[in-house]
Amino acid sequence: MKKKRLGRGVIVLLFTFLALTLSACGDPRLTTFSPNGTNAEESLYLIKLSAYIMFAVMAVVFVLLLYVIIRFRAKSDDTSIPKQVEGSTLLEFIWTAIPVIIIIFLAVITINMTFSMAQDHSEDPDAVKLEVIAHQYWWEFRYPELGIVTAQDLYIPKGKKIAATLRGDDVIHSFWVPNLTGKIDTNPGYNRDGTLQNVNRFTFDSKTTGIFLGKCAELCGPSHPLMEFKVIALEPADFEAWVAKMKEPVQVKGQTAVQGEKIFQQNCAACHAVDASDQAKRPGPNLANIGNRLTIAGYLPAETEADMRESLVKWIEEPNRYKPQNEQATVKTVVMPPFKDKLSKEEMNELIDFLLEQKQYDPANFKIGTEVK
Amino acid sequence: MATVAVRAESERKKKSMLWDYLTTVDHKKIAHLYFWTGLFYFLLGGLEALLMRTQLAFPLNTFLTGKSYNEVLTMHGTTMIFLVAMPLLFALMNAVVPLMIGARDLAFPYVNALSYWLYFFGALVMHIGFLTGNVPQGGWTGYMPLSLPEYSGFGMSYYAMGLQLSGLGTLLTGINFVATIVNMRAPGMTYMRMPLFVWTTLIASILIMFAFPPLTAGLFLMIYDQLFGGQVFNVAGGGNVILWQHLFWIFGHPEVYIVVLPAFGIFSEVIPVFSRKRLFGYPAMVVATALIAFFGFMVWVHHMFTVGLGPLANGIFAVMTTIIAVPTGIKIFNWIATMWGGKLRMTTAMHWSVGFIFTFVMGGVTGVMMALPPADYQYHDTYFIVAHFHYTLIGGTVFSIFAGAYYWWPKMFGRLLNETLGKIHFWFFFIGFHMTFFIQHFLGLWGMQRRVYTYLPGQGFDLANLVSTIGAYLMAIGVIVFAINIVYTFVKGKPAPADPWDGRTLEWATKAPVPEYNFARLPLIRGIDALWLEKMAGHKEMPVIEDYHDIHMPNSTVLPFLMSLTLAIAALGFIWKEEFNHAFLYMGIGGIVLTLLVMFFRSVIDDEGYHIPKAEIEREEMKGVSV
Repeated sequence: MKKKRLGRGVIVLLFTFLALTLSACGDPRLTTFSPNGTNAEESLYLIKLSAYIMFAVMAVVFVLLLYVIIRFRAKSDDTSIPKQVEGSTLLEFIWTAIPVIIIIFLAVITINMTFSMAQDHSEDPDAVKLEVIAHQYWWEFRYPELGIVTAQDLYIPKGKKIAATLRGDDVIHSFWVPNLTGKIDTNPGYNRDGTLQNVNRFTFDSKTTGIFLGKCAELCGPSHPLMEFKVIALEPADFEAWVAKMKEPVQVKGQTAVQGEKIFQQNCAACHAVDASDQAKRPGPNLANIGNRLTIAGYLPAETEADMRESLVKWIEEPNRYKPQNEQATVKTVVMPPFKDKLSKEEMNELIDFLLEQKQYDPANFKIGTEVK
Repeated sequence: MATVAVRAESERKKKSMLWDYLTTVDHKKIAHLYFWTGLFYFLLGGLEALLMRTQLAFPLNTFLTGKSYNEVLTMHGTTMIFLVAMPLLFALMNAVVPLMIGARDLAFPYVNALSYWLYFFGALVMHIGFLTGNVPQGGWTGYMPLSLPEYSGFGMSYYAMGLQLSGLGTLLTGINFVATIVNMRAPGMTYMRMPLFVWTTLIASILIMFAFPPLTAGLFLMIYDQLFGGQVFNVAGGGNVILWQHLFWIFGHPEVYIVVLPAFGIFSEVIPVFSRKRLFGYPAMVVATALIAFFGFMVWVHHMFTVGLGPLANGIFAVMTTIIAVPTGIKIFNWIATMWGGKLRMTTAMHWSVGFIFTFVMGGVTGVMMALPPADYQYHDTYFIVAHFHYTLIGGTVFSIFAGAYYWWPKMFGRLLNETLGKIHFWFFFIGFHMTFFIQHFLGLWGMQRRVYTYLPGQGFDLANLVSTIGAYLMAIGVIVFAINIVYTFVKGKPAPADPWDGRTLEWATKAPVPEYNFARLPLIRGIDALWLEKMAGHKEMPVIEDYHDIHMPNSTVLPFLMSLTLAIAALGFIWKEEFNHAFLYMGIGGIVLTLLVMFFRSVIDDEGYHIPKAEIEREEMKGVSV
């Protein structure tokens, strides 16, 4: 019996210890415990504040509970009848009043913060305007004031407010970059007059440069967990250079790449643009600067050129294997067809040579990833 | 009025067990039906959980595909809430609430049977998709437009039709319990003398009456969109996808209290008995229950903080949500105060109760943390949420069902479950539970979103997910021990005396096994813990208010079974008309016509029930002495 009682004490200690140490784990590009943006910092402040208060509440309850089950356990031969207590007005008043005070305290802070985080920067001339359009299963990013369209890799300047409008193109998705900001849903829908319905607007920023992982947080179909994206926060000067570079047309140089361009025009150009200033609504992501993408299809590795080549082959040959669509859906959304049997090995290589040359700039010119905590 | 036949025992017992259970209207047998069906789906839902945890044990695991994972995920959630938590609580309510208030049955025994069969066939309809290949896969919350055939096929139609049927059953159960508790209490059983489990049943039943209609409306709209060309949620037709979320959560949040308030009631019965003390602060416990239920209707937007409803809506609903912590806190401290100064007997039921307080406090405090929108923007739709609601639903509802099962098993089945096996069950399940779900709080905070069939290596999730999966298998071992205990008890268990735990409330005053009329003579209630009061006064039996007399009983009937069956046929017909062939429309219409026909028979057949003769009752009562 002794052992069991000891066991309970150990459990309580273990939970506290675990809670304190575990908050230090996690991927620094992802965990909410290493915030790099204002929103994430405010969220973490409130998370920690409320957690400390709640730890105190838990400690009180656990100590009382432990004391009671150790102190008041009946001996096996004890059949005496304890005093039948009806209640105690004073005690019950105390354990009503204290939670009320805690809640009033938390409510004041919460209301304040909820409104301050909802500030609208859509009219702020200093803010970078951004349109986020979520698709099954990829992210489209449009900069209406800069005239740039891109996908999967979101470039932002450090220290500037990003005023975003968000919507879904098919089902509901949710935009989440734990290091920078909490979630906001991307809702689909149109009003009767054809204007967009349930569009969301919110503002976020990054206080440091670096690469951060973003995720879709709302169940959106069979490939929901593969709908990842990256946020790349640059120095403001670098961001301006990035904007200028994105608008410059790329000259394809290699001989195979020139062949690849023809293949691209025949097979891909109906759905994909390779020009970042192409504003048309197309079924597939804009592939400008794809040679500098940090991943292929949001999650396949692209660290080295060999990785990228392999990932591109996999993806182009069998997109439905790497991001399965729902074959039971009654209306087929336009999805990328598999090119496994349509392109010869040689043609595939030429196409990929063309895609790999889609580099608007040399990323070594930008300082990124140095400041991630 | 037509005369009611008096039928002696020899004329009544001619039925096979199967036919008996198909046609019974006795609340004790319906409790058995609910219990075994609920337990079956508990095992099925648990198996689905193990499949998910197995898939998530390693990054980029290929045990399940994205689609099959989403199917298992959806069926796990829907099963556990609608086919396990509520029915198992209904099993315990059916088994003991009439006994606790000194009633001979529920107010509407026929409706009670109908409720069960609607649940039975609703659950069946929901699972038919496994045979036709269209399994629900839009999540148990059925968010739009993902749940439309355009995106998910017809799986979610089985979900909608199945929930509609079982939801109708639940609604009827709610009405039935309210009518029973308001009208059928024994003399002296005033409202403020009712056991807490009766109070929580009453309040949960009122919640059902107000919470299920929005779900019913939402599901009808969903069915129109899926099967009859409706455009309510369909984006292409100008539909609004947020409307569904409101309808669902206006139901969905009270639903949480529908399954957790009766759990509170069970612990409020178990803790006093095994502390040998009366419940501390009974009036406060009653008021707290009512407050939780009342505020429960004003907090649904906390499930929608990231939808973009604006800071005003988010702020108001945040404050409303945190308020619920106050009455819940009162309850926790009152339970501890009940144990304080008592003589604790650490039976299995008591293990579950102490384990509940420990676990539920953790689920409760994360609930307060999640009520704060700026913090919730990070928690929302992550494993933090998954951890939180498993702490409350398993730590609250499932622990209470286990506590209730060990506590009331002798009353329900006439035998005592094995205590040693019970404790092994508890420790495996309890340790496994915390291993599975504690770490998930951190997975969420580290950036792992919920409802993902896989995750990438190198994002810091690998080890924690493996730990979580191992915990899930420990829980499964606990459940297997429980199953062994049940079998062992039926084969070798000791027959239980009428009052094995030195009980305090009226159900322990009935004979073992409980006769079909419950109380031969209605008892007189003289205070809270009616039986305990009489014991303390040195009486061996409850005082009674009447002499032996013929007891009027309802006839058993197969009509509830047929009515539910025909409705299920209609439901499948309407789904299949879209899924396979338009000709199935006639099956749907046929099912409705048959249902109306059964209802017609129910209305015109004059069923007056029968009387059990006085002599037989006297003979039965002389056999053993109660208390």
